[in-house]
Amino acid sequence: MNTFTAPEIDYVAIAPILIVAIAALLSVLTETFLPRSVRRPVQMILTLISLIGALIVLVINRDIRTITGGGAVAIDGPALVLMGTILILALLSAFLVAERSLDSLGDSFAPSAAALPGSVDEREFSARGYFQTEIWTLFLFAVLGMLAFVVANDLLFMFVALEVMSLPLYLMVGMARRRRLLSQEAALKYFVLGAFSSAFFIFGAGLVYGFAGSISLPEINDALASTAGETLLIVIGMAMLLVGLLFKVGAVPFHQWTPDVYQGAPTPITAFMGATVKVAAFGAMMRLLYVAFSGIQWDWEIILWAVSILSMIIGSLIALTQSDVKRMLAYSAIAQSGFILVGVVAASPSGISAVMFYLIAYGLVTVGTLAVISMVRDSTGEATHLSKWAGLGKKSPVLGAVMAVFMLSLAGIPLTSGFVIKFSVFAAGIAEGDTWLVIAAVVASIIAAFFYVRVIVVMFFSAPNENTASVAVPSIFTTITVAATVTATLVLGIIPQPMIDLLTNAGIFIR
Amino acid sequence: MNVYTPILVLGILAFGFAVFSIVIASFTGPKRYNRAKYAAYECGIEPTPQPMGGGRFPVKFYLTAMMFIIFDIELVFLYPWAVSADALGAFGLIAIFLFLINLCLPYAFEWRRGGLEWD
Repeated sequence: MNTFTAPEIDYVAIAPILIVAIAALLSVLTETFLPRSVRRPVQMILTLISLIGALIVLVINRDIRTITGGGAVAIDGPALVLMGTILILALLSAFLVAERSLDSLGDSFAPSAAALPGSVDEREFSARGYFQTEIWTLFLFAVLGMLAFVVANDLLFMFVALEVMSLPLYLMVGMARRRRLLSQEAALKYFVLGAFSSAFFIFGAGLVYGFAGSISLPEINDALASTAGETLLIVIGMAMLLVGLLFKVGAVPFHQWTPDVYQGAPTPITAFMGATVKVAAFGAMMRLLYVAFSGIQWDWEIILWAVSILSMIIGSLIALTQSDVKRMLAYSAIAQSGFILVGVVAASPSGISAVMFYLIAYGLVTVGTLAVISMVRDSTGEATHLSKWAGLGKKSPVLGAVMAVFMLSLAGIPLTSGFVIKFSVFAAGIAEGDTWLVIAAVVASIIAAFFYVRVIVVMFFSAPNENTASVAVPSIFTTITVAATVTATLVLGIIPQPMIDLLTNAGIFIR
Repeated sequence: MNVYTPILVLGILAFGFAVFSIVIASFTGPKRYNRAKYAAYECGIEPTPQPMGGGRFPVKFYLTAMMFIIFDIELVFLYPWAVSADALGAFGLIAIFLFLINLCLPYAFEWRRGGLEWD
């Protein structure tokens, strides 16, 4: 009988993840045993403390580079940067989840999401003034899954992290207080397609195990290096793993869920998932490709080339025809996935740090944009149709200016973070000889600039009419998020060098 | 010969049989169409009782099923641990207890939220 040796676990290195995990479990206990009236403040404080605490521990841990947990967890430069990004973005979106003064009915979430829309039960829950507090528990579990996703160094842990991240998101998407049917439809679509893509991921993991005899990413790389022929199995396995990950980032041809989910989900959740899921999934994708599959780089480069060009062109072109701001942002997210893939294909240290910079800046802009959208309202809730934004910039200059900064950043105009990240990703692509890919990306960003600038034109160059929405007065929560994201967008655009230096030092995956 | 060849041959045979069956049926089978043949296929009689107003089923069955899954997963991991508890030592003991605590949380949640009350 084999003797069992317990795996070494470096508890200090994984402390940020443990903090969020313990907070998530305490959050379940809060829901279980505390009376309804105190749940919301307790949950908010718990979330706030755990996210900030994890962030502080992460900063203290910044020099740790180790593989621990029996090879399942890799704490390295990219892992630390991406964990920090996820925590900051989650914190900013948590403020949006906590916001309660924008909507006359309360927060953005259905008091009882299981009640049939329009039923007696639902009206009763609303009338009693019940509020949804499980959203915080789900939120913490989703953050936990994302943190685990970017450090996962073997396929099984990666799959578990993927599911821990995804399952709470499916639920949160279906919890909008208004437009319940749209929200539930989005949740169902996201769940069915997400479960389908998870099946691809786990099937791919099985095929790769069949080839390499190991689920550990470095050992897969060793198996690739030592085996000459028989590569079909691993190529198919790798492609199926990529299907699972590309689904999560919403790249063409796995993008069909994106518009419906972005539009149907409660806006704070759209902000949360739009920003953080991309960070987590691209982090895991880079680790998977660079650590495990660098031996068959030629094969995945071809796949990602095609996916990248398709995402950029299709995302940008369909976004042109959208008249709903949230749907337009969803197609823009598809296009942005394509731009990020340009950096992933580059597969160099400068490419890695460019992708990480892209994820940070893009995540901040996404959270900020959706925070602004959540403030623009009429009598039926959020006014997301573009016609209702006519003259909004004249009616409310501050909000208009903030939105304009975000749109210019998404379009990649200089002096905003959007220019710096697009430039560094394209530069990394050209340095690795992907000139045609970069040319396609530049063409796509010119197309994309049109619909971003159109929002600004609608806001500032058309007169307000009776349909124009009004801007709700936010509480301190949304104000913090908007102020932080717009400041970061401008600062990263004007003085990007400190961030570039930080990321250049962090751009190496350990094996 | 490659070890996967028999599987491939079996797959080809199965595919071939399916194609053959469809083709031969289209040549030899009688074609008498009526309304029932165009309807979506459902076997058996209409399920009774039908859910009241709006096609929803009571959630109780799902809650019971979820409870089953909690204990089912618990056992799936407890058995292998019990078989090799000696070899796994203190590390295994602590790990399995952490796992049990984590499983107790959803159980407590379901209990407190009334998931165990049938009426």
